[in-house]
Amino acid sequence: MNTATFSLVTLAPAIPEIALLVMVSLLLVVDLFVPERERHVTFWLAIAALLSCATLAGSITGNATAVTFQAMFVADPMSQTLKVAVLLAVAVTLVYGRAYLQEREMLRGEFLSLALFATLGMMVMISAHHFLTLYLGLELLALSLYAMVALQRDSVRATEAAMKYFVLGALASGMLLYGMSMLYGATGSLDIARVAAALGGANASQSLAAFGLVFVVAGVAFKLGAVPFHMWIPDVYHGAATPTTLFIGAAPKIAAFAFVMRLLAQGLGGMGQDWQLMLAILAAASIGLGNVVAIAQTNLKRMLAYSAISHMGFLLLGILAGTDNGYSSAMFYVLTYALMTLGAFGMILILSRAGFEAEELDDFKGLNRRSRWFAFVMMVIAFSLAGIPPAVGFLAKLAVLQAAWEAGFGALVVFAVLMSVVGAFYYLRLVKLMYMDEPAGEITIAPRADMRVLLSANAIAVLSLGIVPGPLMDLCARVITASL
Amino acid sequence: MPQPFPILSLVTWLPVAFGVAVLALGSDRRPALARWTALAGAVLGFLAGIPLWTGFSTAAGGAMQFQELAPWIAFFNVNYHLGVDGISMPLILLNSFMTVLVVIAHWEVVTDRVGQYLAAFLIMSGLINGTFAALDAIVFYVFFEAMLIPMFLIIGVWGGPNRVYAAVKFFLYTLLGSLLMLAAFVYLYHQTNGSFEIQDFHRLPLSMTAQVLVFLAMFMSFAVKVPMWPVHTWLPDAHVEAPTGGSVILAAITLKIGAYGFLRFNLPIAPDASHALAGFMIALSLIGVVYIGLVALAQSDMKKLIAYSSISHMGFVTLGFFLFNANGMLGGLIQMVSHGFISAAMFLCVGVLYDRMHSRNIADYGGVANTMPVFAAFFVLFAMANSGLPATSGFVGEFLVIMGAVKVNFWYAFLAGTTLVFGAAYTLWMVKRVLYGEVANEGVASLRDVGAREAVFLALLAACVLAMGVYPKPFAEVMSPTITELLAHVTTTKL
Repeated sequence: MNTATFSLVTLAPAIPEIALLVMVSLLLVVDLFVPERERHVTFWLAIAALLSCATLAGSITGNATAVTFQAMFVADPMSQTLKVAVLLAVAVTLVYGRAYLQEREMLRGEFLSLALFATLGMMVMISAHHFLTLYLGLELLALSLYAMVALQRDSVRATEAAMKYFVLGALASGMLLYGMSMLYGATGSLDIARVAAALGGANASQSLAAFGLVFVVAGVAFKLGAVPFHMWIPDVYHGAATPTTLFIGAAPKIAAFAFVMRLLAQGLGGMGQDWQLMLAILAAASIGLGNVVAIAQTNLKRMLAYSAISHMGFLLLGILAGTDNGYSSAMFYVLTYALMTLGAFGMILILSRAGFEAEELDDFKGLNRRSRWFAFVMMVIAFSLAGIPPAVGFLAKLAVLQAAWEAGFGALVVFAVLMSVVGAFYYLRLVKLMYMDEPAGEITIAPRADMRVLLSANAIAVLSLGIVPGPLMDLCARVITASL
Repeated sequence: MPQPFPILSLVTWLPVAFGVAVLALGSDRRPALARWTALAGAVLGFLAGIPLWTGFSTAAGGAMQFQELAPWIAFFNVNYHLGVDGISMPLILLNSFMTVLVVIAHWEVVTDRVGQYLAAFLIMSGLINGTFAALDAIVFYVFFEAMLIPMFLIIGVWGGPNRVYAAVKFFLYTLLGSLLMLAAFVYLYHQTNGSFEIQDFHRLPLSMTAQVLVFLAMFMSFAVKVPMWPVHTWLPDAHVEAPTGGSVILAAITLKIGAYGFLRFNLPIAPDASHALAGFMIALSLIGVVYIGLVALAQSDMKKLIAYSSISHMGFVTLGFFLFNANGMLGGLIQMVSHGFISAAMFLCVGVLYDRMHSRNIADYGGVANTMPVFAAFFVLFAMANSGLPATSGFVGEFLVIMGAVKVNFWYAFLAGTTLVFGAAYTLWMVKRVLYGEVANEGVASLRDVGAREAVFLALLAACVLAMGVYPKPFAEVMSPTITELLAHVTTTKL
């Protein structure tokens, strides 16, 4: 039987997570003793925690796959890459959100520690090798996010959003657990590798497994925000404080990709036939509804919420291909999408100031008159989200489309392509507002240098990844091949 | 293969680099610096393209010349592959030349956000050269789409009163077409087992159904761009609202990309479908020639009239291509280059008037020849060329296409020939109403004649129009070998 040997050697694969947990705990204690005006100490501590964990996760390289905690936790090339991406995305989120939070007196230990706990949850999800670990990571993330949304306790909109998020999220978790219990019944295990092996064998009850799969896919679709499980996305994006929205919009998408990979590709890969069709329907509905409804939005955060729904549809196109090609394309898609989301919300944050939220589309009117550079930054991001070359969004879309085509979903690809035209319209409207309209109100750009530099680098990355995508694409292809 | 000096990369990236430099240097407080930098960039871009003409080997047949090949995205086997043949090389030079004219033409006219205006043109010029030179479908697509962004901004920022509507319409129309083409590329990529090389697409055997679908997907893209009737409706809006420079580049260059796409993609990739659908294509082209010619006759806005005239003339180009004989195809190609000069000249002439009177309405003019004699001389020359007068470049292409059409079907030639009547009618009637008669109003009475700067670009274009009309042989020599090979390729079935 298992004899638990908790030595440092067996724990090695989980060192980044352990380190992060230690540092969050430290941060919680330190924050108690930091006076209000020295709050930046906590902030920089959080950034330091994220960056050092990213270094730790990044230093575990090579193609080796290591498991620990009785094979409940795995560190493979895919998990390490995604963890680095998540940690960096969170760090960038915090830098972008800092001024906004400070002006609204939200930059407290609570926000930072919740953000770091959510990050820890994402890392656990990414490295899960067991349905329970997956669920634990997911709940750690979700509970932290509920609290982060609710942190503005005096805002009716935020409270409402948090309530919706919590109720619907709990429902989705319930469905997920129910589905997992069915799978346990069908295969006799919750370990991802064993479930996969059992499903390939003759003893598994296929109908029970398929029944469980439906619930699992529903839970996954909720977490991704795919139609028809998307109801929470617009309200949460709109209701939460912008840094929280950015937090929800960027890093958790990467974790959700890992979640889908672990659950469907690794655990239930044998049932590919069944879930491919479900994902195809989800993808088509998300791409269609997300793009069409986004047109009607006047609030940029809501528009980006619907845009996120359609982007998750595109992500599903890559996953439903069910091939290494498709998975690496989807991984490339999610990483570049996170980068674009960071930039888009970063622009909202840089234009916001004390007592003013630059979240209406009209707040971007005439931006080119005020700042040619930041209008350009937003234009690059808008065209990238729309999938217009030379920005990277085009190549990401091309990657998932060719993968879906290869898997025989030609009609779906044509549909997705046509909906991209609809999608292009609302991104174009944003560009139109910035370049072709006169400024309506006062436009100020946050003077903070770190944010300006980072946001500029963000846009340059979006553009240059579109011109030199090779290294990132090769990395995605390599880690997917090595991890599956 | 030793890599020779990358001329094609130079003509593609030099204008883009200068465009970025103009953006960086030319703040709105120092427009002169932006202007001179842009002029230097445009002229250098044109000079860089000269070796393409002088070094072009007509003995090479239809083979691609000046090729450059480097891996770009290994993941989908996309290569940065450039090269030109007798079809694309003249178009690259035409584009580089037009960029110089556009930069000269804007000089005293555009005063708002000069740096951004010029940068948009230079960047677009480079991207268009890249589109013509691309031999990899994805590289082509990236240039083809990226070009929309500067054009969208040019129309939307510096255009007329209804500019935003026109810009968005232009963008979405073009995007819709090109995304279907992208789907076709993805299909072909999997059919060739993972290659985006256009020349691999050319060699790929395809069933008739596949060919028809691929043909239609690409047709959507290029027909919008040409534009062919009935997907032409974006063009009058875009042309009318665009600033003069934008209209020039739209008419002279970007329409040619659509026609070029037919030659580079539709015909060689789906030859059997092209033959099967030739009747359909010819019908659309002839409707364009005749019906749009009649529509042009009814216009009261000069720019709109020229826009419709462009559609009608581009109908000749697509007609020539789908006749499948050497005369038709050569005529179509020559018409492309010639129309580039003539439409640019016509738009610049209207621009000259518009800068003075701020009206494009024919009714606001009358008797301009009395106050602007030099301008009137140029305008009449270009109008004659537009109506296909012999010894101007407009005649050569139209005549060859009609000759080609006679070989296929007399009635094709007859209908195409009506353009010589309608074209003359709408163009000369406009000239009559604008230039001749009594001086219509005080505005016209106080007009200044063209200045030195305006005379320069009009004279350059006049020289091109006449030279090409009198001695088209150099163009024919460059184009003919490629056409011969293309026709041979298209005649071989792929089934």
